[in-house]
Amino acid sequence: MNPPRKAVALISGGLDSMLAAQLILEQGVHVEGINFFTGFCVEGHTHAIRKHDGAKPKRNNALWVAEQLGIKLHIIDVVEEYKDVVLNPKHGYGAHLNPCLDCKGFMVGQARRWMEEHGFDFIITGEVLGQRPMSQRRDTFPVIARESGAGERLLRPLCAQLLPPTLPEREGWVDRERLLKFSGRSRKPQIALAEQFNISEYAQPAGGCCFLTDPNYTRKLQDLWQTGAGKHYELDDIMLLKVGRHLRPRPHFKLIIGREEGENNYLEGYRRQFTHLRPAEHNGSLALIDGHAGADDIHLAARLTARFSQGRDLASVRMSVTEKDGPAYDVDVTPFTSEEIPQEWYL
Amino acid sequence: MSEHTLDARNLLCPLPVIRVQSKAQTLADGDTLKVICTDPGALSDIPAWCRINGHSVLDTQNIDKEVIITIKIAKDSA
Ligand code: SF4
Repeated sequence: MNPPRKAVALISGGLDSMLAAQLILEQGVHVEGINFFTGFCVEGHTHAIRKHDGAKPKRNNALWVAEQLGIKLHIIDVVEEYKDVVLNPKHGYGAHLNPCLDCKGFMVGQARRWMEEHGFDFIITGEVLGQRPMSQRRDTFPVIARESGAGERLLRPLCAQLLPPTLPEREGWVDRERLLKFSGRSRKPQIALAEQFNISEYAQPAGGCCFLTDPNYTRKLQDLWQTGAGKHYELDDIMLLKVGRHLRPRPHFKLIIGREEGENNYLEGYRRQFTHLRPAEHNGSLALIDGHAGADDIHLAARLTARFSQGRDLASVRMSVTEKDGPAYDVDVTPFTSEEIPQEWYL
Repeated sequence: MSEHTLDARNLLCPLPVIRVQSKAQTLADGDTLKVICTDPGALSDIPAWCRINGHSVLDTQNIDKEVIITIKIAKDSA
């Protein structure tokens, strides 16, 4: 008997890629999962920094899916390579800063490289024809196959019957008759199939699989590009955009203020890289100053941060300031009232 | 068999898992790896990663704001 064919499955942690992998597993193919960390991924933990999300299971959905399917999962750090996709997307952006078509081409391309290096035969994704406006269309599917270099080795089990047969189908590695013809935005067929597979628990990502589809996030990313040293970023920049309130009272600096304990703990890890401040005698947030702040700026930042402390209604609040690579000292300030903070300072 | 430590503090998941994954590739069967994290999500993800890949979790501790997970590497299935 020939050894089973091997497929690498793009596993996002959502239902579609889980179903696609399960369909192929049922055909006796050896499947391993691959998942990419771009820095923009929406996974449970980034949200779980915040306490109010504490009730949600703190888990990485891709790992969880792999465990449910009984397959290995390879999580690949593509932060550096992905920058070019976000900064210079050949096919442009979607509704926000989401370069979905370039992104899909990139990820399938990475999976194609992995497939070649590990002696696998084909790639599967959970794409559904017509489900997403940019990357899951009849005219963009071939673009992904071509630009990724995957060509005919890219199989989309959930909608394969609506597409020309691929190599795994023609070679009989998988039975095309047992693949599906899902199309459109309705989730009903997927939910029915999940029931059939006895899958009762799965993540339901709203909107997209990453922060680049989130307008609140992308507004802050735009701000970073417009006020920093141009259109580029480091991993720390984009991670910090997920945490805290961001206020830009002056073009040359912004404040990142923790909203609760989880965020304050996370910001603590960055405090040595920034001038930072917190209330000296009250409970309140840690704030990082991102940019170049002079004495007046620090005073303004202290008044703003005091606004988000328990001393917000007092005439004077003592704030501890630690300058980056510099002195630590206390200042007494009058907290801003909420009316005094212009809306446009909030990013 | 040797003991190793990995500092994954201030990394949000899945970065601690990615670091463990790369470190595990350099270790031998039976080696232990102590991973120190600050993301509480590691408590769920690192054991899940171990189960998928056949490694075993020897111990998990929650000390102060840190999560310390000790893993025993099983090389055959790594
Ligand atoms: S939503 Fe994000 S991760 Fe998903 S395809 Fe679009 S850019 Fe890529």
